[in-house]
Amino acid sequence: MTRVRRWLPGLLLVTPSIVAVAVFVYGLLGWNFTVAMTDRHDEISQGSFVGLENFTGLWDQERWGISVRHAIVFTVVFVGGALVLGWFLAFLMEKGVRGESGFRAIYLFPMAVSFIATGVVWRWLMNSGTGERAVGLNSLFHYLGLDVLQWQWFRDPDWGMAAMAIPAIWQMSGYVMALFLAGFRGVPDDLREAARVDGCGEWQVYRYIVLPMLRPVTLSALIILGHISLKVFDLIVAVSGKQIITDVPAIFMWTAVFDSHDPAKGATIASYIVLSVAVFVIPYLVWNARKGKRS
Amino acid sequence: MRRRWLAAVAVSVAGLLTLTACGGSGDKAAGGGQSEQKKVEVFSWWTGPGEADGLKAMREIFEKGNPGFTFYDAAVAGGSGDQARALLASKLQANQPPDTFQGHAGAELQGYIKAGKLEPLNFLYDELKLKDVLPQELIDQISVQGQVYSVPVNIHRSNVLWFNPSVLKDAGISEAPKTIEEFIADLGKVKETGKIPLSIGSQWTAVHLLESVLLGSLGTDAYNQLWTANADWSGANVTKALENFKTILSYAGTPQEDWQPAAKQVADGEAAFNIMGDWAYGYFHNPAPGGLGKTSKTDFDWAASPGTDGTFMWLSDSFTLPKGAPNKDGAVAWLKVAASKEGQDAFNPKKGSIPARKDADKSLYQDYLAWDLEQWSSDKLAGSIQHGVVANDAWRTEINDAVGLFQQDQDVAKFQQALIAAAKNSGQ
Repeated sequence: MTRVRRWLPGLLLVTPSIVAVAVFVYGLLGWNFTVAMTDRHDEISQGSFVGLENFTGLWDQERWGISVRHAIVFTVVFVGGALVLGWFLAFLMEKGVRGESGFRAIYLFPMAVSFIATGVVWRWLMNSGTGERAVGLNSLFHYLGLDVLQWQWFRDPDWGMAAMAIPAIWQMSGYVMALFLAGFRGVPDDLREAARVDGCGEWQVYRYIVLPMLRPVTLSALIILGHISLKVFDLIVAVSGKQIITDVPAIFMWTAVFDSHDPAKGATIASYIVLSVAVFVIPYLVWNARKGKRS
Repeated sequence: MRRRWLAAVAVSVAGLLTLTACGGSGDKAAGGGQSEQKKVEVFSWWTGPGEADGLKAMREIFEKGNPGFTFYDAAVAGGSGDQARALLASKLQANQPPDTFQGHAGAELQGYIKAGKLEPLNFLYDELKLKDVLPQELIDQISVQGQVYSVPVNIHRSNVLWFNPSVLKDAGISEAPKTIEEFIADLGKVKETGKIPLSIGSQWTAVHLLESVLLGSLGTDAYNQLWTANADWSGANVTKALENFKTILSYAGTPQEDWQPAAKQVADGEAAFNIMGDWAYGYFHNPAPGGLGKTSKTDFDWAASPGTDGTFMWLSDSFTLPKGAPNKDGAVAWLKVAASKEGQDAFNPKKGSIPARKDADKSLYQDYLAWDLEQWSSDKLAGSIQHGVVANDAWRTEINDAVGLFQQDQDVAKFQQALIAAAKNSGQ
């Protein structure tokens, strides 16, 4: 009885959330995969099992290839940009800027803004009009006499998605900075001292002592940014709506479900998004679990 | 110890209650329609200014004529009905239809018709003699194997060329272009003056442009042929039309965010031409903040889009009768109001569209709408692509994708292949 008393209240406490997560996360996830494996190509019919046909068929569609390529370009530029910028900001803070807490708040603030609001502002800043019709950043370039820098931003057929990553970098680099700053602070001073005594230059201290010790922080940041990036939807809708020129899998899923009224195709795309995020998250979870055991 | 137990039980019970609450509310909403036989649930997406007023005007007529029924407004907000239609599909699938729902007349309803979710309305057309007052071509274009499934309430026109008279004058153009060739020549003339020849919005406005160019290049009969069983998308005439589309697009300015900023460029004298549906009239003409407060014929003017004079490319909102409607008599009473001259003349002046009936009271429709109404009663008819008349949702989305890809690579041959494939895949 006393044993039961020990674990039962705890179990009861977490039961509601276990049930909710089981139904609304894993249940619906499973349902999504079953729909993706049917030929339910309109909302009215029930659909029958077709295996992985939808998953292979998707690759024959030109639009899918484009949206995947866009997602990759966006992810590389966004994750890379936010990591580098966030690291650099944290580095400056660590070097002891006067009024550090003020700067920290300023860089963190964009995180409090929703992607929709960010998108609305940046849609104007990144207006693609050039020359006489320049607005936003293009007109700023004009006033600075830097007309050569004017370009089409997200309407550029090749590098539009890189431009699309700029607002995301703006929004998330402060958060990465906070992560890195905590990481920097976690490197014990005596370690650095020891390295200096052994004849390391300042650069070498960072290269061989601080950076390796930041690996867990970098990995966390990479996972967090990576999964945001692969699921990106709201930012792009706010900047350009549903257009092929800025298409990503989440937008494609939206048009498949709500414009084509094709649930099976939408579920297939959703499955691919989940799987691509899982590629990021699962190794991280495994690594975390192992580390937990070791310590 | 006991206190901890109590807390645990309380929290878990509260959690379970929230879970079941989600399921419970849905059942209640569904059951309501059946228990109260006198209620007529009218499902629409008319919640914006103008359209909601029009719906209210029709509702007043309905309630006056049918004291036994109460009108239940089940409108779901969201332009063009994206959200309303998602909710509707789930209701229909669960066999819990509203008594009547709004839909674009034409191919957009085909999915529902094929799945057997709609009742044919031929009996109503016979009873009200609607075949005499609606254009025969309209009835042909919304019929599926001889059956009609909806009652059109209003008509919008898609093929309208909006232009700025003073920009045209500066470019030495005396009147609106009549053919595609004249149009291309005029675009070149405007380009020399440094103004934007043709303003354009986001991707869907390019599809809207495409339907006018297809109609203008192919002619009405060949265009209408494209949506029938013996369609030929691979013909040389389609290639020529797509070449025209490419040439016209090459004169387009930087794409704007949506149709309004593109239309505004014409009103502001930055651009010469814009091809957009007649909802642009309200935007040009209405006072701020809803519109630009411009004067028609001086600040902006219109004509049939090039090569389409004498043809009315239409789209229409209509009401249907779902199978298993809980209150069928009430729904039929509503459809009678929606089909009546009185109902349509109450709704349309407020919505800024024209009635589908040919016998409407002409004095209610001024300026652009007077021109529109006149054309409606005399023109040949063709259905819109982008606005759900000739192509079902899957086909329309594929055409949208093809246009989006074409805007990037400008490859006419590939574009045509994509359109051929879209026609084949549509299953229409």
